[in-house]
Amino acid sequence: MAEITVTVDGVSYVDHVEPRMLLVHYLREVVGKTGTPIGCDTSNCGACTVLMDGASVKSCSVLAVQADGAQITTIEGMANGEWHPLQRAFHEEHALQCGYCTPGMIMAAADLLKENPHPSNQEIRDGLEGNLCRCTGYENIVRAVRRAAEAGVSE
Amino acid sequence: MTTQTETHEAPAGELGKARLRKEDDRLITGQTSWTDNITLPGLVHMALLRSPYAHARITRVDLSAARAQPGVIAAFAGADLADEQGSMPCVWPVTDDIVMPAYPPMAVDEVRYVGDAVACVVARDRYAAADALATIDVDYEPLPPVLDMRAALDENSPKVHEAGNKCYEWTLANGDIDAAFRDAPVVIERDYVQQRLIPSPMEPRSVVCAPIGDEYTIWSATQVPHIVRILLSLVTGIGEHKLRVIAPDVGGGFGSKLEFIAEEVITVLVARRVGRPVKWTESRSESNMASHHGRDQLQRIRIAADRDGRIRGLSVDLLANMGAYLKIVGPGIPLLGAFMYNAIYKMDAYSFRCTGVFTTTTPTDAYRGAGRPEATYAIERIMDELATELGMDPLEVRERNWIKHEEFPYTTIAGLTYDSGNYEAATAKAKELFRYDELRREQSERISRGDPVRLGIGVSTFTEMCGLAPSKLLGQLKYVAGGWEYASIRVLPTGKVEVVTGTSAHGQGHETAWSQITADALGVPFEDVRVLHGDTLVAPKGMDTYGSRSVVVGGTAVHSACLKVIEKARAIAAKLLEAPPEELEFTGGAFQASGGGQSKTIQEIAFAAFDAHDLPDGMEPSLDSDSTIDPANFSFPHGTHLCAAEVDTETGMVTIRSYVAVDDVGKVVNPLIVEGQVHGGIAQGIAQALYEEGVYDDAGNLLTTTLADYLVPSAADLPSYVTSRTETPSTTNPLGVKGVGEAGTIASTPAVVNAIIDALRPLGIRDITMPCTPERVWRAIESARSLGDPSARQNGGTA
Amino acid sequence: MIPAKFDYVRPSSLDEAVSALAGGGEDAKVIAGGQSLLPLLRLRLAYPDLLVDVGGIAELRGVSDQGGTLRIGARTTHYDIVGDPLIAAHCGLLAEAAGTVADPAVRHRGTLGGSLAHADPAGDLPAVILALDATLTARGPGGEREISAADFFVDYLTTALQPGEILTAIKVPKLGDGWGYRYEKFHRTAQAWAIVGVAALTRRSNGQVAEARIGLTNMGPVPVRATAAESAAAGVSASHDALRSAAAYADEGTQPPGDLHGAPDYRRHLARVLTGRALAAAAGV
Repeated sequence: MAEITVTVDGVSYVDHVEPRMLLVHYLREVVGKTGTPIGCDTSNCGACTVLMDGASVKSCSVLAVQADGAQITTIEGMANGEWHPLQRAFHEEHALQCGYCTPGMIMAAADLLKENPHPSNQEIRDGLEGNLCRCTGYENIVRAVRRAAEAGVSE
Repeated sequence: MTTQTETHEAPAGELGKARLRKEDDRLITGQTSWTDNITLPGLVHMALLRSPYAHARITRVDLSAARAQPGVIAAFAGADLADEQGSMPCVWPVTDDIVMPAYPPMAVDEVRYVGDAVACVVARDRYAAADALATIDVDYEPLPPVLDMRAALDENSPKVHEAGNKCYEWTLANGDIDAAFRDAPVVIERDYVQQRLIPSPMEPRSVVCAPIGDEYTIWSATQVPHIVRILLSLVTGIGEHKLRVIAPDVGGGFGSKLEFIAEEVITVLVARRVGRPVKWTESRSESNMASHHGRDQLQRIRIAADRDGRIRGLSVDLLANMGAYLKIVGPGIPLLGAFMYNAIYKMDAYSFRCTGVFTTTTPTDAYRGAGRPEATYAIERIMDELATELGMDPLEVRERNWIKHEEFPYTTIAGLTYDSGNYEAATAKAKELFRYDELRREQSERISRGDPVRLGIGVSTFTEMCGLAPSKLLGQLKYVAGGWEYASIRVLPTGKVEVVTGTSAHGQGHETAWSQITADALGVPFEDVRVLHGDTLVAPKGMDTYGSRSVVVGGTAVHSACLKVIEKARAIAAKLLEAPPEELEFTGGAFQASGGGQSKTIQEIAFAAFDAHDLPDGMEPSLDSDSTIDPANFSFPHGTHLCAAEVDTETGMVTIRSYVAVDDVGKVVNPLIVEGQVHGGIAQGIAQALYEEGVYDDAGNLLTTTLADYLVPSAADLPSYVTSRTETPSTTNPLGVKGVGEAGTIASTPAVVNAIIDALRPLGIRDITMPCTPERVWRAIESARSLGDPSARQNGGTA
Repeated sequence: MIPAKFDYVRPSSLDEAVSALAGGGEDAKVIAGGQSLLPLLRLRLAYPDLLVDVGGIAELRGVSDQGGTLRIGARTTHYDIVGDPLIAAHCGLLAEAAGTVADPAVRHRGTLGGSLAHADPAGDLPAVILALDATLTARGPGGEREISAADFFVDYLTTALQPGEILTAIKVPKLGDGWGYRYEKFHRTAQAWAIVGVAALTRRSNGQVAEARIGLTNMGPVPVRATAAESAAAGVSASHDALRSAAAYADEGTQPPGDLHGAPDYRRHLARVLTGRALAAAAGV
């Protein structure tokens, strides 16, 4: 077992974990942050995307021990009293149906807008290439990210 | 009768309003209750060992090492559960002589596909369960796999089951098919392949079972909690009244969760054995192997027509892959297509035959559209071939054959009565949005300048049958359940309203749409309505969600229950207002005598029903009302989808340049939700056309077990869609709705492939098997080129 | 799915890492970003006893200018490479190709050294490194040694690294004036592996292609140079037709695999077409 200190959504946790524990299992089963779901074994679906020290990562493809000392932001840490502009935009543009991909999609979009505050539609599509959605056909997700960008989400 | 087609405008009432969804709050903040999120005191984790062989005899299962692993509570092989696990049921035995082999939830002596469950371990956490799984020792004696459907039907083929590989043969015929083909000036025959698809909802399946005494609560990522409850009771012998099934938040289904799964049975039996709550959650690779697959049909379609394009007859012969066992409605999937090959077209004769075949592959069942996409693909592809043969524009040959809007209701050659539709209006609108004529010009310009990137235009004028389904019809088709739906309206003392629905959404937005239907009918604020669903304790009756049935049948039930509430409220209002009930008008949520004066709101009446101080004599103190609705007919959404695709003839790469969808789904409860369903549907249809295929090797190993090999497209791979609607209300339900869940998927696959073939037809290409991968497109081009001068073949070789 | 058990160390210096790796023997493995390794662990296709995490070793990260070459630390991420000004100025091909690896989240974690040491011939960066004539630095119990890119890729998923050796840096000669580049990646979906990829570099001089270097992704068990096409392109006029003619030799000497996404003959065809396109783009025509 390894001791790790991880800050998740602003709260610091010290835990002993097996080295093989995946960050996503740590978040879900040790910290109790079930807002981040798991959709695949190969890092293709992106459902488990979180921010690690501000950059998007797939938490199924990071070991919890590799997150020692890191700041993790999950979908549960996005709202700050009120919804994050991306959360609002996803709601307003009907950019989710079943919602399973949504946490990862919003985290990936947050990273995208940090890198590129005013993306074109194609840049939004390319920036979300690592996140699969089976419900929406992506049209409204692109609209939502554009809407959040127009609302100045990165500021 | 002439049906009314409107273009939509912003509505005055709740119906048709673009309400933002109530569901979103929990889904965008991570407060969702997916089944895998559920934790219970004492919860233990189950993992399943699955067969690595397509077909083998199990000669020994040694669980001793697994049982000795730290943290392992129990381990079971199929033989350990044999006495209590029963056989997985199929509820659609389509013929009297259908072969229905035993389907043990956990294989006992023989495995019949890679992924068949063989043993399980239960451990304190999922890591320990995974480790223990790796220590199980199973001896298999390999048996020959059965993979090819045609070969499987050969009498010398190895058998999947003792009774043989032919599962059933089902036919439908109307009109004199021989006469239609005899002396027909044009006869075209084509073979199309509906490749095997893996539905791939983003949430893998998951089951939790909590045993308390002899009662069981089961959470499952399912579309069909009510069906699961009944079937679980029948298979395990546990009384239905002792079972509570909950479908919490469910992360997509697309038919893959329209299933009663072996893992539900195993989880319940194992929970009973260990006396603790048990959770099983599959991985994606497990899901790809063991969650049911869709499509996988071989289609032979023949069309006979006159030189002016009029269709004389259509004949269809199918082989449908059942996989290794019969899933709950697997055999019936091709039947849903049987009524749809004739599509929107008039003809003199039709014959259909389907042969269901067993193979040693993952069993198949419903996948978005279920039978109808297959049918629509084949007819829409061959309509393009007919247009080519006749030298007509593909839209023209369709128009010559389709049912005119003034001809509804129209009884088709397949025997269904389409209540309403307006194919002319949808097509005209689509053509305009698409800039059809302009793109046709560009297409020929590219050919004349020898551009290696060709442009093609694909047409799909589709219809489908939704609103499953009139129970009587289901009975005639040997489906062993009804097609009704249930709703209950509970008016709370404070005037808030609870809607209980038997449909159970997994992304479709019922909580929002049903709130709109209720708010509209009762005149209460949208925000004051709460929709309860997906728990057999809360919503005790229901037929669940599949087949684009929810709004048509379930929405109608909600509406009908609301009308009963209003009639109860009217009696109380009459008493309170001292007016005859029949003179009261109900508008805006209040009763008022037609002459004016005092009024009583539905909320005031709700409280009056609660305090019950002043009710009419003999009246029960409640406004609550139930309704169970059996639909009178299917509903028939339709539309015209147009796709422009660019094909790079050097590499075979296909790029969709533009996509226009004009759908007519009747009246619309919420246009945002409708548009979202169309978008997602189109994406899945495009995915079938271009990307997805479940592939087995010669030994029966599934090669596409991960999302790295089974290519679900991302935002970067898909185009933007232009969507619009025409509105021709359904005449068979009071809301005028038709259903929209599957329309996009049904329409888009042929639109895309027709576009690809349209681009390549000048090279002499008339078909490419789906998915139209760059390699397949390139090979088609190469083989056309190697055949020499394409123009010579074009004149003589289309039939 | 869940990895099998392993031990884990996270040394803070390269020396510690080397001795930890040596101590772990044959079943010890280096993990950097883990973007190739973790899926293999989860699917239980790899069973290391020990993972030596080099993620804490500062000297392995970053790009420095060493005169004629750039030194890129092995655990410099794809993301860092895409945005690095030195790489943009002196070997932009690497940044262009790194930008096509997987997706943004994977690029945040995945490293150049990890991609090269994993040596998947379908990976994008091995062929690029080969085309750039880079030199790889490895540190082992016996000290440091340099391995040319041409000698580094030995077989499918196999490199010249000895057990106990850690890839520490990649030295890339700066491209001088007149060089242009292009990475042509052909894949079915944005996330999918390249069916074929072509990394092309050309040096233009007086309207001609004076020199061409071409690395091929997924055209054999290891990344390969399209030497016949390189020779054919050298000295031709910088025109579509001439470069396409040269590209006709692109598949010479390759042994492309056949799989779900392409048979060998299709890959050969793609290599020719894509090489023509990559050369033309690199030469600015």
